[in-house]
Amino acid sequence: MKAAGLIIVLLTGGLLLYATQDFPPWGAPDSPASTHVSPRYLQKAMEETAVPNVVTAILADYRGFDTMFETTVIFCAGIGCFLLLRIFRQKPEDRYYRHIATEITLHIKGGKIPEKSREFERIDTLWTPYDLIIKTMCRILVPFIQLFALYVIAHGHHSPGGGFQGGVILGASIILLAISHNMRTAIARISERIDNLLMAVGVFIYAGIGAVCVILGARFLDYGNLSVVLFVDKIMARSHGIFGVEIGVGITVMAVMISIYNNLASAGKQDEGL
Amino acid sequence: MSDLIPMLVAKYNYWLYIVLMMIGLYAMIAKNNLIKKLVGMNIFQTSIILFYVSIGCKKGAGIPIIQHGLNTGHHAVDLSQYVNPLPHVLMLTAIVVSVSTFGVALALAIKIYQKYKTLEEDEILARLRPR
Amino acid sequence: MIWQLDLAILTLVIFTAIAAISVKDLLSCAILFGAYSFLMCLLWAIMAAVDVAFTEASVGAGVSTVFFVAAVFHTTRRTRD
Repeated sequence: MKAAGLIIVLLTGGLLLYATQDFPPWGAPDSPASTHVSPRYLQKAMEETAVPNVVTAILADYRGFDTMFETTVIFCAGIGCFLLLRIFRQKPEDRYYRHIATEITLHIKGGKIPEKSREFERIDTLWTPYDLIIKTMCRILVPFIQLFALYVIAHGHHSPGGGFQGGVILGASIILLAISHNMRTAIARISERIDNLLMAVGVFIYAGIGAVCVILGARFLDYGNLSVVLFVDKIMARSHGIFGVEIGVGITVMAVMISIYNNLASAGKQDEGL
Repeated sequence: MSDLIPMLVAKYNYWLYIVLMMIGLYAMIAKNNLIKKLVGMNIFQTSIILFYVSIGCKKGAGIPIIQHGLNTGHHAVDLSQYVNPLPHVLMLTAIVVSVSTFGVALALAIKIYQKYKTLEEDEILARLRPR
Repeated sequence: MIWQLDLAILTLVIFTAIAAISVKDLLSCAILFGAYSFLMCLLWAIMAAVDVAFTEASVGAGVSTVFFVAAVFHTTRRTRD
């Protein structure tokens, strides 16, 4: 297997290396990638959409269909992980709990889960001891991470960022809560039902903005006609349309990251994990 | 042969990207462990994204955020000052798709481990074969 | 677009990629994979692709490494090759 792999790799590598002699030199301003459509995007992005960050303008306005289906792909990945891993009816098994202050261990039979409280922690094969410094520091940091994520989403027009990056950082803040504290703490903040609902709401917002444009008489995802609803001129309507669409992408991405982490870290059981 | 060396020096970056792609392809084909195959797939994907982003580069150009002042009106954009933004947009979608695929593939790996108690490909194939 | 920096980080990227598929411990593989993602993010920042670098930093060196470690904890940590 390794010999066959090596031969295939060397053959393919040799063919690709032979093909590189036709490539344009690196950094040439007249290379074929930079000469057909992208000069038009660079020149017209500011005067047609009033968004200086050309990447955001292309992503959400000129190539808006691609981004809508990319959001659908993330949504499908979240649903896929959920369907693959989630176990709804679990076999009851014994659990061990430890009282933190006195270090007494309890053996609970029959699979009943005790109420969540600060004084007991679960001991299982993946047990890590109770650590005050990590819990306190992460609890202080999480609101600032979320504030930064909201800043990244809102300033996608003027600085690098946008909906997707801000959504990932929002999801990462909840994952930080799940890692430093219990997973039950994170599930108490954003429960599984709300999470699954948010996954769909983001895609719905994106397609909904497109449908509103169709209702107002233009083509799908043609934001210029939103000026009727928003009472601004056509250029600012495109800018606000981009912003609304980015919010939808951010919500879906946050929910999917949380959902995939919950399913992976507890292997589908979503009670306590890692 | 004498013009091989100038050509090598001029296109060294493409050759290094191809080396990275072949490392990823080799890991996908020849490694036994399922998670190593996944890592190889991700190396392959990121190397192709690197290649795409590099063809949009321009010498001496800055990031594709148009410099503008408040209420100065529209003036002509100097194209050689901004990097080509179109490959960046396409590769953003590619990164998103790659992380989605990675998540679903890890979920599949956990399920396979729960059923066969191993992650090595030859052991799984031996258990699948009818006795 | 400084080509010396670009060449140095590209060499490091290739070494990290070879190391990530050669180690025998899957947890080390996860950490090396995170390092590979971070070096890729640096490469794109040098090439003035800031949106792509931001996305790769948050997704590759952040969330993807966490998913990997979570999956390794629920499967095995050793691998034969």
